[in-house]
Amino acid sequence: MDLNYSATELAFQSEVRSFLADNLPNHIASAVRNGDGLTKAMMDEWHRVLNKKGWLATTWPKEFGGPGWTPVQKHIFEEENCRAYAPRVVPFGVNMLGPVLHKFGTKEQQDTILPRILSGEDWWCQGYSEPGAGSDLASLKTQAERVGDHYVINGQKTWTTLGQHANKIFCLVRTSTEGKPQQGISFVLVDLDTPGIEIRPIRLIEGGHEVNEVFFTDVQVPVANLVGEENKGWTIAKYLLSHERTGIAGVGFSMQTLEEVKTIATKIKRGTKRLIDDPLFAARLAEVEIDLEAMKITNLRMLFRAQERGAPGPETSILKIKGTVINQELRDLARRALGPLAAPFPGHLGEGNILFGPPDTAFNAARYFNNRKTSIFGGSNEIQRNILTKTILEL
Amino acid sequence: MMDFNLTEDRRMLSDTLTRYLAEQYQIEHRNSVAYESPFHDPSKWTEMAELGIFSALANEADGGFGGAGPDIAVVFEALGNALNCEPALPLLMSSRLLSAARQDQATLLEGTAHYAVAIAEPDAPYDLLDITATANDDHRLSGRKTSVYGGNIADYFLVAAKAGDCLNLYQVQAADAEVIPYGLIDGGGAAEVLFDNTKAKLLIKNAQSALEDALDAGIIALCSEAVGMMDVTYQITVNYLKQRKQFGRPIGSFQVLQHRAVDMLTEIEQSRSITIKAASELKGPNASRYASMAKNMIGRSARLIAEEAIQMHGGIAMTWEYAISHYAKRLIMIDHQLGDTDFHLNRVIGMLNTA
Ligand SMILES: Cc1cc2nc3c(=O)[nH]c(=O)nc-3n(C[C@H](O)[C@H](O)[C@H](O)COP(=O)(O)OP(=O)(O)OC[C@H]3O[C@@H](n4cnc5c(N)ncnc54)[C@H](O)[C@@H]3O)c2cc1C
Repeated sequence: MDLNYSATELAFQSEVRSFLADNLPNHIASAVRNGDGLTKAMMDEWHRVLNKKGWLATTWPKEFGGPGWTPVQKHIFEEENCRAYAPRVVPFGVNMLGPVLHKFGTKEQQDTILPRILSGEDWWCQGYSEPGAGSDLASLKTQAERVGDHYVINGQKTWTTLGQHANKIFCLVRTSTEGKPQQGISFVLVDLDTPGIEIRPIRLIEGGHEVNEVFFTDVQVPVANLVGEENKGWTIAKYLLSHERTGIAGVGFSMQTLEEVKTIATKIKRGTKRLIDDPLFAARLAEVEIDLEAMKITNLRMLFRAQERGAPGPETSILKIKGTVINQELRDLARRALGPLAAPFPGHLGEGNILFGPPDTAFNAARYFNNRKTSIFGGSNEIQRNILTKTILEL
Repeated sequence: MMDFNLTEDRRMLSDTLTRYLAEQYQIEHRNSVAYESPFHDPSKWTEMAELGIFSALANEADGGFGGAGPDIAVVFEALGNALNCEPALPLLMSSRLLSAARQDQATLLEGTAHYAVAIAEPDAPYDLLDITATANDDHRLSGRKTSVYGGNIADYFLVAAKAGDCLNLYQVQAADAEVIPYGLIDGGGAAEVLFDNTKAKLLIKNAQSALEDALDAGIIALCSEAVGMMDVTYQITVNYLKQRKQFGRPIGSFQVLQHRAVDMLTEIEQSRSITIKAASELKGPNASRYASMAKNMIGRSARLIAEEAIQMHGGIAMTWEYAISHYAKRLIMIDHQLGDTDFHLNRVIGMLNTA
């Protein structure tokens, strides 16, 4: 057993570090750091920088232009990105649709769509959830009826993250009501410019706009936009879920947040004492740091197992559950540490008014509230526990 | 004889306020005023004053008809139920201070003059001992106060400042200070207030115990408000568990969610109990100790209720549209007012031996 990176891995780490030092624009890193939300222009810019270097599609196989990294390299890359406050790559095209097309797409779909994902010409969003179909995704109702060489789509998707920036959406739709619900689902690609589509914003708890509702009324989509076979979309959805798993523990983000909490707690004073010297606060912080140290290794152990087996197993649900809990705990501490300075509604703070707390902290309470989403989406922590109950406990 | 029922007067007060809020101040209206300046509804404020709600927070000698712990609890629980964002907390705390200073408070209770209490500072968010704002021999104040609730609309500030080693209470005309108003993430308004050789009137020399009483009363108000919010949050959550179907059945049929809802219920019962206890001790020799116990427990339970309510709802509770998101924000942010969970735990630790 050896917990150290090899010489090649260390060399890779410093290569990534110096790339980030040279290429990550300041205004982008600072938007990530203060949590003020990235603009579309910033996300596009960072997408292009990574693509130019060939480090955008890190999950893609070499033959499709991926860098051919080992899981450990991907992990190092993620960790370094977080350390430098680089934005997370918008995952829907690169990390979701990409891998789906590699496995299930036709040659033509691969040739036309993949390059446009890399170049950033297309911005994809994910149309899975519906008002009535969340955890029970297979109960989805959005209907696609085959009429000649088109599907006619009617229904509604919801929670569509960053749909306001997107020009394309990949959807799970119902193409049959026969048999088990899972058997009548298809995976289709839809152009958001098609007549009959309406996107409406959903305002989140902290006031931000990152999710949307998407309504479909008699939307005509060419049959050529079907991915894989008709009524076999569930297999694709499941495949995609297993691919969402790299980085699922969010270790890098938690390391980032831990540093942030430490910085705040050394700057914030209670009387003449620094908050970090308050034994009760320090105990809370130390406990989460212990959890995170363990999680780093749990994450790596599971990465290794996945590498040996060729695919991530159900135990990665542990990463989702514990990883989100650790990060939410840290977000709680960041907010708590600021005391009353966390309370201003950031929407009202003018430039001059951000003197309230230490630098980069104005959005801390907002981020705590927003971050409650991580234990709900991508399969809620209850659903992850159900998966573990069935697959590992065999109960 | 032990009796946990409200007196007839308090029950009527509670009914009056609850009915008024249900008819005149529903959550949609609340949300439309809570997040935009002036962060409350001035005309509803006047109506509430006319109903006598604020007079219930002061005793007879000061022109009110209440002012005991249980009166405060009744009013703020009803306000919490409706997630009301009117600046009743600064009114209550100002009333306690004006009472200790033997000042007339008719305009305060009538709702025509706004007072706000300036105690906290950036480096002294919770502890009176940490205060650094100063007063000179001519009663001129210097220093920076933060989280002055209701400070955005105040006519007067009641300010804690030190003259030498003595912690005094002063009154300042709002127009004489520099006021930076802001809205709170959970609704309602506050201000940063800067004093720079600002003229003031000395109200109480050596105001430590008056300030402690105002804080104890404020804590009882916040705890009661939290209990009111928790009740509603719990009700809405349990109803949702019954209605929301996934996998062909109500999600409330999943035992894991059932048990967690029961844990919410248990914590709410405990929170109500400690709040009743603290309210009954107000003004007594152990008032601060029980106020700290209550605030510590509320800090823990409010977080549990808020986070569990969101989690058990799923995505819907993450939206601005849905009432739970606003209740959750207020439940969480109450821990940032008048001392957080750790601050009050420390105080209880400090008083362990004297128990
Ligand atoms: C901010 C945000 C962004 C999102 N982005 C996207 C996106 O881009 N695209 C997309 O398609 N979707 C997206 N989602 C949707 C997300 O995947 C769903 O919210 C999630 O699947 C949960 O579904 P639901 O919200 O309907 O909750 P429900 O499924 O109704 O669940 C409610 C509660 O019941 C619990 N529960 C459900 N079933 C069981 C069970 N069998 N046993 C025990 N407990 C159970 C859940 O865990 C939860 O606590 C997003 C959601 C959010 C909040």
